[in-house]
Amino acid sequence: MNSATNDGSPILSALGLERRLGARLLWSQLDLELAVGDRLGLVAPSGAGKTLLLRTLALLDPPQAGTLSLRGRPPAAWGLPRWRAMVAYLAQRPVAAGGTVEANLRAPWRFREHRGGSGWCCGRITGWLAALGRDSTFLSYDAERLSGGELQLLALLRALQFDPTVLLLDEPTASLDGVTTAAVEALLIAWLAAGPRAVVLISHDGEQIHRFANRTLELQP
Amino acid sequence: MTPLSSGALSISDGQLALSALLILVNVGLSAALRLGLGRSLLLASVRMVVQLLLVGFVLEWLFRQDQAPLIVLVGAAMAMIAGVSAVQRTRHRFVGIYLNSLLSVMASSALVTGLAVTGLIQPQPWYNPQYLIPLLGMVLGNTLNGLSLGLDRFMEGLRSGRDQVETDLALGATRWEACQSVVRDAIRVAMIPTINAMMVMGLVSLPGMMTGQILQGAAPAAAVRYQIVILFMIASATALGVFGVVGLAYGRLTSADHQLRLDRLVKVGERD
Repeated sequence: MNSATNDGSPILSALGLERRLGARLLWSQLDLELAVGDRLGLVAPSGAGKTLLLRTLALLDPPQAGTLSLRGRPPAAWGLPRWRAMVAYLAQRPVAAGGTVEANLRAPWRFREHRGGSGWCCGRITGWLAALGRDSTFLSYDAERLSGGELQLLALLRALQFDPTVLLLDEPTASLDGVTTAAVEALLIAWLAAGPRAVVLISHDGEQIHRFANRTLELQP
Repeated sequence: MTPLSSGALSISDGQLALSALLILVNVGLSAALRLGLGRSLLLASVRMVVQLLLVGFVLEWLFRQDQAPLIVLVGAAMAMIAGVSAVQRTRHRFVGIYLNSLLSVMASSALVTGLAVTGLIQPQPWYNPQYLIPLLGMVLGNTLNGLSLGLDRFMEGLRSGRDQVETDLALGATRWEACQSVVRDAIRVAMIPTINAMMVMGLVSLPGMMTGQILQGAAPAAAVRYQIVILFMIASATALGVFGVVGLAYGRLTSADHQLRLDRLVKVGERD
């Protein structure tokens, strides 16, 4: 894999990853490097293991083969909660607990990993909401009654507030209208520019990959 | 306590057979409504009669023993059966689930029953089987229900709450932060029958042990005291056992790398 690196050293690198599902080999010998500002699009037919690759990068599944490192350090050196706070994975079908959107955004701040952090910041969230064409009443909505698209926005904000280094997005705009999809893409571009960050995106919308990604990776066994 | 030989009127073989006719009510109902229960009712009745008659003989033999190791061994065998039975009712299994259940049931019942015979009721000697075995049996029977409920609820809770747990993990939660609501829920559910039983005790139900003592001629006020002790024993043994078994299952179904390991669950009836 070749990438347009800024300072040479990759943010996230993976070597020799392999994934089997039962006896079926999904992908193997997979090397991947994310440089600052990378917007990597994952391209493969359904069932090829795109989601499993994101889960592997977030270490939500026990690794089957290969090594991972973030800014040159292996997962064990970071500690797994820290790793996942920095390599944020957004599931294809986001879930929210009971309560309002705000309660859902606040809840993860109680995790030990985030307790020393900046804490809940309403101003940042409403700024992002404005960029997404929503006003702050969105925060008072019942999270269990959100539409699929609104749930995706909630999940995105929930992850962004912890300033991850890498965002792993699994079809993040699949349930959103065209205008909001464009707003999400613009928000991600702005977010990428604000620090040494990178995004991995799964999308079945070829146009979106073409618009958003600066390079693509095809999964094959 | 009143000796076993005195007290209640004894039941002859003929009377016993007459009582079996009562099951015809169930058989008739099953036939009339085509419930298809006839065969299992019959099997259950036969099993109940055979098991109890056998246990009668075993207990008569056991109560004549005065060897501590033998009596403890019998107690351990009872606990093993309880530990295995607790797993039988669950819908999913994982490798080591039987060991988890055995450890939990043995540790909790040994601790609580041990405390009761050495510190509370104090029969002489402490392993006097006439006290130890029935007390242990009642503790085990109730712990077993708690363990079954707790284990099943925990595994099904992780399965149905998997997306929420993994969402929390992906946001930087530790495995405990992500799973604690499921753990709490499982322990809470497992304790409900015990709490309910204590709530209505004496109002809705007259417990079997107390009824037995009263039939034997014991003063109700004395029988009540035994019942209070045994209920506290049951409550604490259930709590300890459930805490142990759910805790061990939590350790097994999550990893030190803060991952959810539902891949370790196998549905009952499937081979992996």
